[in-house]
Amino acid sequence: MTLDELAEALFTGGHALEQDDLGVVAGNATSGNGVELRVVGIVGGRPLGVDAAIRLSRIVLEHVAGGNGAPLLMLVDTQSQKMARRDELLGLNEYLAHLSKSLALASLEGVRTIGLLYGGAAAGAFIATALSTERLVAVPGAEPSVMDLPSIARVTKLPLERLKEMAGTTPIFAPGLDHLAATGAVAECWDADRSGYAARLDALLSEGGEVADRRDELGAERKGRLRAAEIARRVRGEASGRARS
Amino acid sequence: MSARVPERGSWLEASARARVAGLLDANSFTEFLGPEQREMSPHLSLFDLPRAFDDGVVVGRGKLGGRPVFVAAQDGRFMGGTFGEISGSKIVGLLRAARDGAAGDDAPRTVLLLLDTGGVRLQEANAGELAVSEIIRAIAEARRAGITVIALVGGKAGAFGGGGIITACCSRIVVSRHGRISVSGPEVIETNQGIEEFDSKDRALVWRITGGRTRWLTGGADRYVADEIRAFREAAMALGAEDAAPFDLFRLQAEQSRLEQRLQVDGDSRDATQIWTRRGLDEPERVGDMTEHDFVVLADREAPNHDAR
Repeated sequence: MTLDELAEALFTGGHALEQDDLGVVAGNATSGNGVELRVVGIVGGRPLGVDAAIRLSRIVLEHVAGGNGAPLLMLVDTQSQKMARRDELLGLNEYLAHLSKSLALASLEGVRTIGLLYGGAAAGAFIATALSTERLVAVPGAEPSVMDLPSIARVTKLPLERLKEMAGTTPIFAPGLDHLAATGAVAECWDADRSGYAARLDALLSEGGEVADRRDELGAERKGRLRAAEIARRVRGEASGRARS
Repeated sequence: MSARVPERGSWLEASARARVAGLLDANSFTEFLGPEQREMSPHLSLFDLPRAFDDGVVVGRGKLGGRPVFVAAQDGRFMGGTFGEISGSKIVGLLRAARDGAAGDDAPRTVLLLLDTGGVRLQEANAGELAVSEIIRAIAEARRAGITVIALVGGKAGAFGGGGIITACCSRIVVSRHGRISVSGPEVIETNQGIEEFDSKDRALVWRITGGRTRWLTGGADRYVADEIRAFREAAMALGAEDAAPFDLFRLQAEQSRLEQRLQVDGDSRDATQIWTRRGLDEPERVGDMTEHDFVVLADREAPNHDAR
C-alpha cells in the first residue's frame, strides 16, 4: 500500500502532506467525520537515524505547543534504527528516547496519538515510533519485527531451520504482524478493503480519553503474552504493601 | 564478615544483588517477587537454556540516605541482562507502583534503575520489545507524577538496544567509564554495514563511540563516577535529593534544542576525538587512556550543565 493510497482512504475530508529527503512526513488532514488531524510520519522504508528522529520530535512538540489539541496520527513505514557509527557516537539512544518521550508527552497533554503501521518497523525504530503511540493500527503490508530470523539465529547460535520450525509453534520470538499483535502491541489490524478505513479511523477518534497502557492485558487476552500483566500487577501489589498472594 | 557491604568494591564486578545492597542504606532492602517465588522465564526452556529464579532482575524498595526509594537491578551475567517477559514486567510493575504512589504516606519519590543489559532477549523478542515500550511509557507517567527516575549504568553489558533508549528516558543518568550506552551494538553494525563502518574488534574505538566518557562529555549522562559502588551511591543520593524536574513541554523543548545543537556542532563527527578536539580538550586522542582521577578532574571542569532530559 502506498502512502497516497493510504492517505486517500483515511482522510476522506482531505489532506495536505509533505515528505522530505529523509522520509519524514508532516501535514494536516481531515477525517471523514470532519475531525482535524495533525499528521507526522517516517515513510519509504527509510531507517530512523538522529537526523530524522530530531525532525519528527520537533513536529510532535510544535503540535503540542500549538495547543489546538488535534489528534496526532503517525504514519510508519521504516526499517530498523539507522545502523551507523556516526549516529551512535552522537547518541542515537537519546534521539530515539526524545522522540518516544515527545509522543508520551502529547498523550499526557491530552493530544490523542494514533500510530498507523503500513510497512516495516524494527527494533529501536519500532519502539520510538509506532510503539510510542496510544493506539497502534496495522494494515496489510505492516511488517513489524524486533529482529529478523537470520540475525536471531546468529545471536542465539541456533540453526535458522530450527528457528523457522519453532516460529510456527512459539510465536513469542518470531517476526511478523500476527505475532506482535498477539502480544498486545497492535490494537487493531485492518483488512485489505480500504473503503472501510475512514470509518474505522473515525471510530478510533471517537473513543474516550482512556490512555492507560493496557497492552499487557491485551496480550493476555489474546494469549500471546500470558504472564506479563500478572507479573506487573503482582509487583505493584507487593510494592503497595499488600500481602503476598 | 561475609555479609559486609562491599561499598568500596567495583560496580562493574558486582552482581545485581551486591550492587543493590551496597547502593542502599545497610539492611534496608525488601525485595518484591523474590527468587523464592521462582518466577522464571516461560520461554527459555524451549531453547534448552537455563533459567533463573529471578529471571535476572531484582526489584524492591529500600532507603537511600534515609529516604525511601524503589530500585530495579538487572543482572548482566544472566542472559546478558536482557528484557524478557518476566524480567521486563517486573520493572514495569515497579514503575507503575511509583507512579501511583502506591505505598501510602511513605511512598518513594525516587526510582533507581540499575541497567546492565544487551537489550531485548531475542528468545522472547516480542515480549521483550513490548516490555521496553511499556517501561518507557511507565517512566514518562511516573515522571509526570513527580517521581525522579535515575539510571545507573556501569555494568559489563552496558545499556544497549532498548536499554539505551530507556536510559535516556530517565530524569538523570549516572555513568562510569564502563557504562557503554548505545542502540545498535558494534557487532550488529559491523555485520550489517561492514567492517569499514565499525570495526567491532577495535576495542579503543568501541569505547570511544559508546563508552561512559564519551556519553558524559557529549551530554548523554549527568554524572560521571569512578567504578565504585560507593561513588554510584553518592551520586544517586545527591540526584535523588533534588526536586523532581517536571516532565512537561518546557523540558522536552529544552531537550529538543540541546539535541539539535549537538547535531549542528558535532553532526559531521565520526569519532569521539573530533568532538573532544572541538571542545578544546588537551590531547583529545588521550581521553580514552586518561587515569580515572585525571578524567574526573576534567569531568568536573567540563561538566555539561543542563536540565533538559
